[in-house]
Amino acid sequence: MAATAETPTAERKQRKSALNRWNRVALGFLLPLLLAAGWEAAVHFHLASGRLVPPPSVIFATFADLAKTGELQRHTFATTARVFAGFGFGVVTGTLIGAMAGYSALTRRLIDPSLQALRAIPSLAWVPLFVLWFGIFETSKIILIAVGVFFPVYLGVMGAVMSVDRKIVEVGRAFRLTGPQMIRRILLPAVLPAYVTSLRTGLGLGWMFVVAAELLGASEGLGYLLIDGQQLGKPAEIVTAIVAFAIIGKISDWLIVLAGAPFLRWEDRFSVAPQVED
Amino acid sequence: MALAIANVCKTYPNGVHALEGITLDVKPGEIVAIVGGSGCGKSTLLRAISGLDTPSKGEVVLDSVRIVAPHEKIGIIFQEPRLLPWLTVAQNVGFGLEDRPCAERESRVATALRRVGLSDKANVWPRELSGGQAQRVAIARALVPRPDVLLLDEPFSALDAFTRTDLQDHLLGLWDEFRPTLVLVTHDVEEAIVLADRILVMRPRPGRIADEIVTDLPRPRDRQSAAFDFAKRRVLAALDRSLDRAKRIDDRETKADEGAALWW
Ligand SMILES: Nc1ncnc2c1ncn2[C@@H]1O[C@H](COP(=O)(O)OP(=O)(O)O)[C@@H](O)[C@H]1O
Ligand SMILES: [Mg+2]
Repeated sequence: MAATAETPTAERKQRKSALNRWNRVALGFLLPLLLAAGWEAAVHFHLASGRLVPPPSVIFATFADLAKTGELQRHTFATTARVFAGFGFGVVTGTLIGAMAGYSALTRRLIDPSLQALRAIPSLAWVPLFVLWFGIFETSKIILIAVGVFFPVYLGVMGAVMSVDRKIVEVGRAFRLTGPQMIRRILLPAVLPAYVTSLRTGLGLGWMFVVAAELLGASEGLGYLLIDGQQLGKPAEIVTAIVAFAIIGKISDWLIVLAGAPFLRWEDRFSVAPQVED
Repeated sequence: MALAIANVCKTYPNGVHALEGITLDVKPGEIVAIVGGSGCGKSTLLRAISGLDTPSKGEVVLDSVRIVAPHEKIGIIFQEPRLLPWLTVAQNVGFGLEDRPCAERESRVATALRRVGLSDKANVWPRELSGGQAQRVAIARALVPRPDVLLLDEPFSALDAFTRTDLQDHLLGLWDEFRPTLVLVTHDVEEAIVLADRILVMRPRPGRIADEIVTDLPRPRDRQSAAFDFAKRRVLAALDRSLDRAKRIDDRETKADEGAALWW
């Protein structure tokens, strides 16, 4: 209200930059839309059979069919529940161990070398062992996902705690904060940006690993849909599952960003992000 | 409150002998400036007084209380503002008042911000402030709990000359309101003379107090006056002497004495 004098130009500038952004987004959509339209036309005019690469209309129809029968929702729910559980375990353990390793040099020297060694193993190599140990049902899947989520969260939290500015911790000491106060008022807010980033990375790996887990044998889930589509020669079903993965992956990532945003308004990159691209 | 520093020595774990036998009494409301070359132990001394570090030998006593950890009556301002980037300016200023009722906190923060001339920045993030503004917020943050002793470690050295003199005058104005004891570390001789009642010159390796110069010019002090210039030369001469460059100084000091003769 106080800034009435400068609003007209500011508003115009804002509208202009919104327009620019819109243009950029539109430009990004141009290529895939053209390709989709081209392929649709090619199949429509019988220039191609579209059996192995179904045209967009067929994919839409399959998507709608699966959604109508409730099958898509059932598979999506099963997959999401697995990721949710695995992500939960991975985040809790990664956060706790990462915080301890970041906080105490002794703990770090004790456990970090082992964890780094474990991290060097491609996580899918664990699958046979997990199946032997935990069976082929939910437990082994969730543990595999948790392992995938654990490492980025562990590394992110440890790095964030280690790089908290000593000078700012000293401000806390000068104001005589107790241990818990120091954690709540200084350490937590200081590590939060890096934490959100590591959660997003962890979640991304969680989605990756759920596919691996479900490809290895599952009676439901989007990964099952992928296998089913392959075995029955239904590429539209495969693409439907892929699209579903893309959508829930994006939504869940966006939820994390959304949850963190109110606490990260102070950060440069959240409020003035678009400028970076110009 | 009287601040007594008795025979403080500090040897860091890595073997650096930073302070040796520092003894200093500061009267309530006095402004003491500590000058000396970089690395001569000024920050070490200030940190020992603040309780952020403990001396290896000797003690710091504030009104018969021995300081071994940060004390609620001792505030400190660092060379950098060290504002918490996730708190607004007002929240930063109120950082030390968390245990007070909300209403009291708000009114004291508002008053402090008004005094440092930043009322309009109350709800702004620290990153949106200039260097001088940020340091003013740091001053407000340190003053808001009403410390009896305020320690300042080269608080204006990162600022440009205009902002620096501006903030020096500002600090004096704030000091005048409730007259806390100030211990100011600086390597800017003019700053020491503008602010201090007493200037201590330190010499390095290990850090000791080499000289003490009382500056009793009436406040506000005119940076252009001959008396100011004279005081400045005395301090510079003492600084040179502290660095064992006595030879070169001898004639300069006689000149300073001539100046004194002229002036008096
Ligand atoms: N934490 C520390 N550990 C080891 N040596 C230090 C530490 N802090 C300062 N020193 C050393 O102590 C001496 C005095 O440092 P300092 O008090 O920072 O000087 P000043 O503030 O006067 O520039 C320097 O030689 C410095 O290298
Ligand atoms: Mg220093």
